[in-house]
This record gives sequence, C-alpha cells and structure tokens, in this order.
Amino acid sequence: MSNPYIPNLAIIRKITTENEVNDIKTFELVFQDPEAMKKFKYRCGQFAEISVFGAGECPLGIASSPMDEGYIQFTIKKVGVVTTALHNCEEGTVIGVRGPYGNGFPLERMEGRNVVIVGGGFAFTTLRSLTKFILHEVNRDRFRDLTVIYGARNPGELAYKYDLEAWGKRDDINLNVTIDRVVPGWTGLVGFVPAVLKETAPSSENAIAIVCGPPIMIKFTMPVLNELGFPPEEVFLSLEMRMKCGIGKCGRCNIGDKFVCKDGPVFAYKELEMMPKEY
Amino acid sequence: MKWKVIEKSKFPILLGELTEEHDVFVPVKEKNIVFFERLSLGREAYLDFRNTKKPPKEVFFPQTETLFIHRIGKKGVEIEEALIVKGKRVLLGVRPCDARSFVLLDKFFSSGEHKDLYYLEKRKNTTMFGLACNHPLSTCFCTSLGGSPFGKEGMDLLLQDINDKYLIETVTERGEKLVEKFPWLKDAEKADIEKAKKLSEEAETAVRSKVSVKGVSQKLDRMFDDPLWDQIYQKCLGCGICTFLCPTCCCFDVLDEEGDGGKRVRIWDSCQFSCFTLQGSGYNPRPSGKERMRQRIMHKFSYFVKNFGESFCVGCGRCVRECPVNLDIREITKAISTRQVK
Repeated sequence: MSNPYIPNLAIIRKITTENEVNDIKTFELVFQDPEAMKKFKYRCGQFAEISVFGAGECPLGIASSPMDEGYIQFTIKKVGVVTTALHNCEEGTVIGVRGPYGNGFPLERMEGRNVVIVGGGFAFTTLRSLTKFILHEVNRDRFRDLTVIYGARNPGELAYKYDLEAWGKRDDINLNVTIDRVVPGWTGLVGFVPAVLKETAPSSENAIAIVCGPPIMIKFTMPVLNELGFPPEEVFLSLEMRMKCGIGKCGRCNIGDKFVCKDGPVFAYKELEMMPKEY
Repeated sequence: MKWKVIEKSKFPILLGELTEEHDVFVPVKEKNIVFFERLSLGREAYLDFRNTKKPPKEVFFPQTETLFIHRIGKKGVEIEEALIVKGKRVLLGVRPCDARSFVLLDKFFSSGEHKDLYYLEKRKNTTMFGLACNHPLSTCFCTSLGGSPFGKEGMDLLLQDINDKYLIETVTERGEKLVEKFPWLKDAEKADIEKAKKLSEEAETAVRSKVSVKGVSQKLDRMFDDPLWDQIYQKCLGCGICTFLCPTCCCFDVLDEEGDGGKRVRIWDSCQFSCFTLQGSGYNPRPSGKERMRQRIMHKFSYFVKNFGESFCVGCGRCVRECPVNLDIREITKAISTRQVK
C-alpha cells in the first residue's frame, strides 16, 4: 500500500503571468521521475495537492488538458501562504505534487451532447482544461455544440488570453468573453456572466451545463439556467472548500455527509439541492 | 477464551516483562492528571482511575505527527518518509468506551481509496489490553451507544479489577498469544469469574445517564435549518476542548515546520475553530459558533451514521466533564430527539 501523503517531486518548467496585476500565474510542471509523470493520469475537473517545501501544501484545480502530454499546469492566484510562496518560485524550482484527486467533470455524460461552459474569475482553470479537452481534434467529434461563457472583472483580469485568441478563430466553439464594466478600448461583451448567459441563450435541448465561479455568480446563474430549461440533473458545479489532505481524512471540506475532496468537487445541481446549504 | 488471575502486587512484573518485546503504553498520573504514555524507566502505570483525562487516541494519532522530512540540498529536494511505526505495541488500561472508539476510527481511517497508513500501521501492530470500568462516572453514557462498562469490543484482552487481584480475560487469538508468554499466570477460579460478573452487573446499572440516539439521525436530516441551533450554541466559547478530548474526533491540519530539514506535520484541529473552514478569499461557510456546533453534532449523530452505520460517539462523557460552560451533549441529543420538526 502506498503512502498517500508523500508528494511526487516536480520541476517548474515555465511560469506565465496571466493578468495585469500579476497575481495570477500559470505554472507548468514536469515530474522529476518520468514514470511518475506517466502514471499521473487525470480527468478534467480533478485537482492536486501542490507542495512548496517549507511553506506547506494546498489543493489546486488542474488547468491543463489530459491531452497535454508530459506536463501539467496549474493557474494560481496569490492568496495565502503557499500560493504566495509559489509566486515567489522561479522556473527550475522543485516543488511537490500529489494526486490527482476528486471526481472531475462527467465527460461520459457529456458525450454526444451540446455542452455549455459557464465560468467567472480565475475559477476558470478547470473549465479551461475542459474546453481544451473538448476542442482537441481527437475529441471534438464526441461532443456537439460547445458554448463557452467566461467573464472577468476587466480585460486585465482575463486569464488564458492566448487560448481565448485561438479559440475565437475557430468555428466549432461559440465563445463569449465578457467583462463587468465598460473599459476604453474593449470591443467585446460587457456585463455579468448571468446576463450574458441569458442573452446568449444556449438551447437546453440535449445539453449539459458546467458551471464554476464565485458564489455570487453561481447564485445568479442558476435561475438563468433554469429559465433556459436546464433541469437540475444536467447542471454541474465545481465547488471549493478549504481542504488539507485531499483524500477525505482531515475532515474539513464536508457538506453534510459528502466530502468535496473525494465525493466532489463536481456535483450535479440536483445533488446539491439535497445537500445542506453550507458551502 | 482464557481466564487468568494476577495479584495486584505482581502486576508491575507483568508490565516489565511486556516491555521486553513491546512498546507498552499505560495510564500514568502527573499533577493529578491521568493520561497515556509509553512506559519507561522510573514511570509507574496508574490503574486506579475513573477514566483518563486525555483519551488514548494519541497513541495512534498523535497530537503532532511528522508525515515526512524534506531536505533541500545541492542534489535538489530529498524526501524522507517519516517512520511509520512498525514495532509491536501494547496499549494497556483502556476503558471499554475508549476501546470502542478505535473500532470507529478504524472504519474511518481505512475507508475510501486512500488509506491512512500512519494510523493503520500503528493500530495493526498494537495489542489492545482493556481495563473494565467498575465505577462509571455520572457523566458516562456508554450503554446508550452500544458499549458497556465491561464491554470487550475493540479489545484483545480485558483486565478486570476484582478488588484484591486482577482477572485477565482473553478476547482474541492475539490476546491469547500474549497471555501464553506468561506461563506463571494462574488460572482463574470460578469464584473470580463470578465476582467479575457481579461487578459487571453493578457497573452496568451504575451508568445512569441514558441518551436516546435512536431516530436522532433521521431527525437531524430535517433539522439543518432548525432554530434549535440558534439556541444551543449561545454559551459555547469555541474553545474546542470537546473535540480535543473526544476519543473519536480526528480532524487535523497539515502544515510545514522548519527545523533540521523541513517537516510536513499533521496536528489535531477542531471544527469548533473559526479558521477551520475559512477560505483564502475570506469566505467562511461556517461563519459562527452556530454552524460549528451544528457540524460537530451532525458529524457524530448524522453524517457518520450515514457513511459508517453508527454514531461517532462512544459515551465517554469527557466533553460533558471538561466543557468550561457545561454544555452537555446528552442534553443536546435529548433536545433533538424530543423536538417537534416538520
């Protein structure tokens, strides 16, 4: 039996600054042990525990796509002790990774159907993984229409500009990028995510919606999806909770009798309706 | 099942012989506090207690435990897995309520895809030598939760104080093997066993607190938003002593400590602390004592029941005895079971 608390060693190969204020960066990691890298098989929507030795460990959603071979990426906002330590790391630093953990998005359920992805803020990381995965040439035919709605406070806060640009040129994705308020020079959509979703009005027929964002965005997005005719069992949310161990032992990320780390982080809205409102 | 007897004056000899092949953990008394410690030279086991102040959980789940050591040197980072104790251990003097706590903790730590080896390895190598409870306290309610003062669940052997001597009852094969190492132990006589039986019956009736947990789990399903929580948490100080001294509470924090090579450690944590669920953004899904108290009660009498089929409480009464503001879990469960809910 292997010890789940021991991380794999990984080298930070590349650091990309994602936003104007420089507090969101994407870290590209390569495991020191190539065998461990190969064994690290993950699904879109799963997370991993990242260690900065001496600072500690924290759970982070995987931002790369499972189709990206030989490396994994995490997009990390500088918030606490560990993420600050990560932001202070340079390329070449050795950090720790254990995982992947959690259930991930319901890919099997999404096959052959229209997919609507709704995300706000830097919670877009695992949704970026999912979008990249669906758009991959090997996978694209397995899914039908793809609608992506992604909002940020202002253009400077939009992450993955390089992806957004490439996706914008494709005709097999309905991409809607929005910012909260009018900013000089911005020619794209303006408005909060729920409003843009309402305007875009993707059909709920044979469709499944995947939502991830701050609580306030979720609160106002759910009624819109409902109006559009998405039943609660076809809406999936990825939740956040304070976590430590990532494997259902440290006891802090539960919502009722479910642990977000091992029973989630992705839950159908129908499941959430049955669970206590404590998230 | 074997029955042996040993004179009380000879018990230290048995303990001494046990230490030859085992790390032996026993109750010791210091500054009027009884707690478990590894038996070492100059330390005496203290068996004349009602129950220990601290539960024995720390023998398997220490308050601070190193998970691994990391060294950052010229060759990069090296990780040295902290020793998961493999040596044989005996945990002696555990009351039946506390022995039952390990049955519950075993279920929890061995559940799911990822097993907690730090707990399980120590547990696997430990012989549980219980100590029957002749004089339960007024705060004890083990009989309401499937236990009893002479209960043997979770034990390999049970030591019973029959006044002038100890009766040793083997429960498992492992317990029997341990007893075989002491051929000088005398066989118990019928009168000894009779005496223990009588004491057991007396002890059983001495547990006067009765708590009705039947139906509490189902009731709690409909009580998440009940106004009861607004009332019962009011006097709670949020000190967390109920969780620290609980034999089944096992939530922990994971952090790094600097030192001779850095250490990844886990330390006991408590759902009663505000920072337990505080998120990086500043948002806290359990912002006040109300939600935290509800979590503790729900975890013990609803969530754990759903996941593992029984309550996560053994009725030891420590949280009742040690609470600085006299919050009483027996009264809380009573309030729940008698509550009218829609």
